[in-house]
This record gives sequence, C-alpha cells and structure tokens, in this order.
Amino acid sequence: MSIDKTSDVSATPQNEHLVENPEAAAQAVTAVDPRLLVREQGLAGYVGEFKRKIKAGELGSLPVVLGLIIICVIFQSLNSEFLSAQNISDITVTMVGTGMISVGIVFVLLLGEIDLSVGSVSGAASAVAAVLAVNQGWPEWAAVLVAVLAGVAIGAAHGFFFAVLGAPAFAVTLAGLLFWLGFMLKVLGEDGTINLDSDGLIGKLTTYFFSDIAAAYGLATVAVAVFFLTSFLDNRRREAAGVPSRPLSDVLLRTGLLAVVSFAAAFIYNQYKGLPLATVIFLVFLVATDFLLRRTAYGRKIFALGGSVEASRRAGINVTAIRISVFAISGGFAAIGGLFLASKIASANQSAGTGDLLMNAIAAAVIGGTSLFGGRGRTWNALLGVLVIVSIQYGLQLQSIAEPVKYMITAAVLLTTVVIDSITRRTQKTAGRA
Amino acid sequence: MVHVSATPVLALRGVSKRFGAVQALTDVELEVHAGEVVALVGDNGAGKSTLVKTIAGVHPIDDGVIEWEGRPVTISKPHDAQNLGIATVYQDLALCDNIDVVGNLFLGREIKRRGILDEVEMERRARELLKTLSIRIPSVRIPIASLSGGQRQTVAIARSMLGEPKLVILDEPTAALGVEQTAQVLDLVERLRERGHAVILISHNMADVKAVADKVAVLRLGRNNGVFEVKTTSQEEIIAAITGATDNAVTRRAARTTGEVSQ
Repeated sequence: MSIDKTSDVSATPQNEHLVENPEAAAQAVTAVDPRLLVREQGLAGYVGEFKRKIKAGELGSLPVVLGLIIICVIFQSLNSEFLSAQNISDITVTMVGTGMISVGIVFVLLLGEIDLSVGSVSGAASAVAAVLAVNQGWPEWAAVLVAVLAGVAIGAAHGFFFAVLGAPAFAVTLAGLLFWLGFMLKVLGEDGTINLDSDGLIGKLTTYFFSDIAAAYGLATVAVAVFFLTSFLDNRRREAAGVPSRPLSDVLLRTGLLAVVSFAAAFIYNQYKGLPLATVIFLVFLVATDFLLRRTAYGRKIFALGGSVEASRRAGINVTAIRISVFAISGGFAAIGGLFLASKIASANQSAGTGDLLMNAIAAAVIGGTSLFGGRGRTWNALLGVLVIVSIQYGLQLQSIAEPVKYMITAAVLLTTVVIDSITRRTQKTAGRA
Repeated sequence: MVHVSATPVLALRGVSKRFGAVQALTDVELEVHAGEVVALVGDNGAGKSTLVKTIAGVHPIDDGVIEWEGRPVTISKPHDAQNLGIATVYQDLALCDNIDVVGNLFLGREIKRRGILDEVEMERRARELLKTLSIRIPSVRIPIASLSGGQRQTVAIARSMLGEPKLVILDEPTAALGVEQTAQVLDLVERLRERGHAVILISHNMADVKAVADKVAVLRLGRNNGVFEVKTTSQEEIIAAITGATDNAVTRRAARTTGEVSQ
C-alpha cells in the first residue's frame, strides 16, 4: 500500500468538476436550462453529485481503488504475509522502476500516442550508466546524469521522427524498441553483465531506507499540511474573487483521508526498515509531474493536443515542439526507471528492459485510468496501476505460483480494466459526458 | 439604411486568389463597417470559405488590396490577422472536448501568476465574459463534451471575443443547430453588433441572414454578384443572385447599382 493511494482519489479530475457553480441554483430559474442538474450546496450536494456521476459512468479512479482493495483482501486471506510490513515495503520499492517508466507512458498516452521503446530505452540507459560508472570509472552521479540525458535525447529523437517527419509514433517507437535493444547489447559487450557497486549511488536508490521513524512521520505531516494549506489558500482566493469554492467541510474531508493514508503508510514503513528512498523519489516525481500537467500552461497544451490537434494548432500551440518534448519526457522517465530496475538487481545485464516490462508499464498507466485515446489521465494513474500489477506479482509469488500463470492473471486484470473503461465510456456517451 | 461610418473596418479591393489551375476568387470587393453585420452568401464552391481564409490569413491573396481601417495591409499568416484584430470562428469549432469551458476560452493565452496557471482569475474573467454576452452555460467547469451544439457554438464565439477583436468572422455558426439554439447564436451576433464589432457572417440559411444581417454580399463562381440591403431586398432576389438564375448583363448591372447605393 502506498502513502498516496487515497489522496489521489480525493483529487481526481472527476471530483474537480464538483467545484461547480453553487450560485447557479439561484440563477437556474432564469439562466440555466432547467433540465441540467445543478448541485446543491454543502456536503449533501456532494453526495448527490457523487451518486449522479457514478450513474453517468464517471468512475475515475474508483474501479482501480476497489480492485486494489479486492486484491489485498484475496491475497491476505490466502497468506497473512501479504500485508506484512516487509511485503508492503518490498512492493512499494519494487514498483518504482516500472512506475517511473509508466509515468512517461502517461504523458505519451495523453497525446493519444504510444511509446513502445520505453523498455529498451530503460535497458540502454542502465547499460550506459553501468559502463560509465564501472568500466570507465566515472563518478556515479555523472554516469546517472548522462544516462538520464541519453534517455531524454533518445525520446526527443523518436519525437522528431514522429512530429516533424510525420511517421506514426507506433512504428517509430517499434523501430526504437529494436534499435536500443541492440544498442544495449553492444554497449554491454561480451560479458553481458556489469555488476554495480551496491553501496554506490545507483545501488542505494533501492536499498536506502530512512530508518529514523521521524522521517516517515515527518513526510506524512508535511504532505498533509501542504495539501491542507494549498487547498485552504486556493479557496480563500476563490472566495475573494467571487468564484465558487469548495465548502470547508470538503477540504477537511479530503485532508483527513490523506492524513489517514499517509500516517498508516508511515506507520507500516516504520515497522520494517523505515521510509524507502525509492518511494520518496517516486512520490516527488509524481507530485512534480502532476503539477506540471495540471497547473502550468505546458501541461494544458498537452491535454489540448490530446483533445484536438486542429484546435490546438489554431490556438497557436506549437504542436511539433510539444510532441517532441513529450516523447523526450517519456524517454527520460524510461531512463530513470531503468536505473531503478538496475539498482534493484545491482547490475546491468542483457535481459534489462526486455520481457514483460514494456507491457507492464503501459498496462499500469491504463489500469490506473489513463485513456488510450488521449486527453484524459493523470500521472497518479501510474502509481495506482503499478501498485495493482506489482501487488499481484508479489501475491502470486507468496503462493509460489509459476511465471506463466502470473502473465495470464496480469493479462486478465488489464483486460478487465479496459473493458470497464469502454463500458463506462459508453455510459458516459449516453449520459452526454464522453 | 445602415449607419455608415466614414472608413470601413475592412475593405477588400479587387482581391484575387488562384489555386493552381483554379481561379477561386476574381476581383472581389467587400466592405465591412464597425457595428455592421455583413452576410456572405453563395452556393457551394462560390468562394465564401476561400474569401474568409484570405482575410483570416490562412491563404494569402494573389492580387488586390486588403485595407484595414483605411490603410492597406498585408495578411500573410493567421497571426497577422489576429494582430490586426480579426477573430475567426470556424465551422468546425476548434474546441477541445476534454477541457472545461474556462480552459477552452483561454486556450493558447492562459493567464499566469508566477508562472502557474491562474485558474481563479481565468474563471472570474470567463464568468464575466459569458455574463456580458448573456451566454447561458450550466457551469464553466464542465468539459466541452457535456455541452449541447448551441452552447459549444456560443463558447467558440465567446472565445473569439477575448482578444477584443474589431472584426469577427463567423463561418456557418448556425449550421446543424436546432431552432432554440439558432436563436441563441443569432442573439449573440446581434450583441456583437451592439458592442460595435464588425461581423462577417457566412450562412446558407436565408432566414438567419434576413434576421440579423444589415447587408448581404453575394458571391458566385468566385466573383461578386451584388451587395444588397437586407431590409429592401426580397429573399427571392438574393436567391436569384446566388443561383445565377437571372445572371445576365441587365441583372448584373442592376445588382451593381444596388451595391453602389448601399456603399
């Protein structure tokens, strides 16, 4: 379980539409089409609105959260080890590699495109970092920096072929998948495996824990305080400007939910080795990318491109530049994810970035609730999705179920998610909200 | 008779446009004054869209002069037109379905506060704008996908008003709209005129043209085929000019004289 599972739910875009026009009720008589449902003020209004949204098929992250709870209940009943502090800590550290890659995938999916090269790029980046740090004797921070920049450059190159030359992203990144796999094998050379210093920077990424119990509780406190203050101040500004704001009870409810989840996670981490560094870095990236997507003009442009390319172009958005930058971001996150994956096994080897990594990264974004058709999704989706996938893997491992069955079960989960997505989209269409 | 201000906001003098072997526009003349709605009508392929695109800067003109407030100007790209104060609302709306009303209104010109999107200020201005234009939207925070066709059209028009343009070009704003929604859009066009904007309205619907336009400029096969005063012209005459049913030297002459009277 992760710190922010529920905090995400409390701030999904669907809920943001709850910031609707309370005054409209007064104007409704004259100004608003009477058939439109206008939310009542106060908490009762939220409950009503929530029920209506569920009926209209606006589920947001609800299915995946429910799915996660079901997964936990099933595996816990099969083996009480599943929800142990150690297992939860392991899950949340292991998920970071795939999760980082999945964050990049969310960006690309928001454009309505796909990046199939992320697995190979992550492997190539880890190989570059290992060769520079171990074989060439570079300081590890420099090797890490070069690896991440290489990922960004590789992504930008894919973006160039797609955005400037007009080749389909699917085909370009499929070529990238093969090319960077070959590149990685070439870089690794004949031995095929380079062992990393487990006490070095890369090694520490997944092995370092803040063992002081104050660290986990401190982070939880900071998260809750920052969330409350930003919501509260935003509300104050809204009131001052005379635009609708959330009722204070709503802000308190959300803050309360976040507090419960954060402190529960902190408590669990402190039962084992403490707060894992990997999880902290992942959360920082999630907060940063979420901010980038939803609070900056750049993020707004990405959503606009996912909605309508023509409309974006007419609004003066530089379509080519945004597309290239998004693929660069995807490449960058693939490289970061590759470093975490290499850190987990303390080596860069020939199988890095292959197997089910690519599929898991894409599946995580989709399971988390990112639309395959562009324009809808959040980077927090990557966290929820990857939690589901890694939880299933760990749960099955505890039952010592073999690899083939793992694949099949993960596939079933992915299929279920996509089916739920299509059904809800159909409901949304009939409810006029697609 | 339309109240005629001294210089037209926009005047086209002998504008021509060719695409390869096709002469899309030949010596087209058009004048639009502030506070005036000019309907641009013509059959399919008459050159309405091409004419609008030359004004909007999508297709630069080959020959002729475009005058803006009495001065000759060059409009070679959409940006030039926007800088002059020309806003174009295209038929296919150009809105993003997945973004809410506020986001769409400010798309490409977001208001920022310390580098961050200022949602509060944008929402406040959006409400203010919609209120001035008496546009009825259930909430400014719902995605465009949730709105009806008429509401989307009014949002698209409202969006063009954000830059305080002097000339608004509406490309078939009432196509595919219901009765009530058409009335809403026509009301909005009238409000634009009251606020002193010059409006060019492309339409196939004679009832709409008669309802809101002051003048009707007819295009036929890429040429002017008369400019009519709406109040003094019957629908049949306009339709005749559009279809060319009475297209001969006499009617052309008559149409020319009518056009000159209206200047």
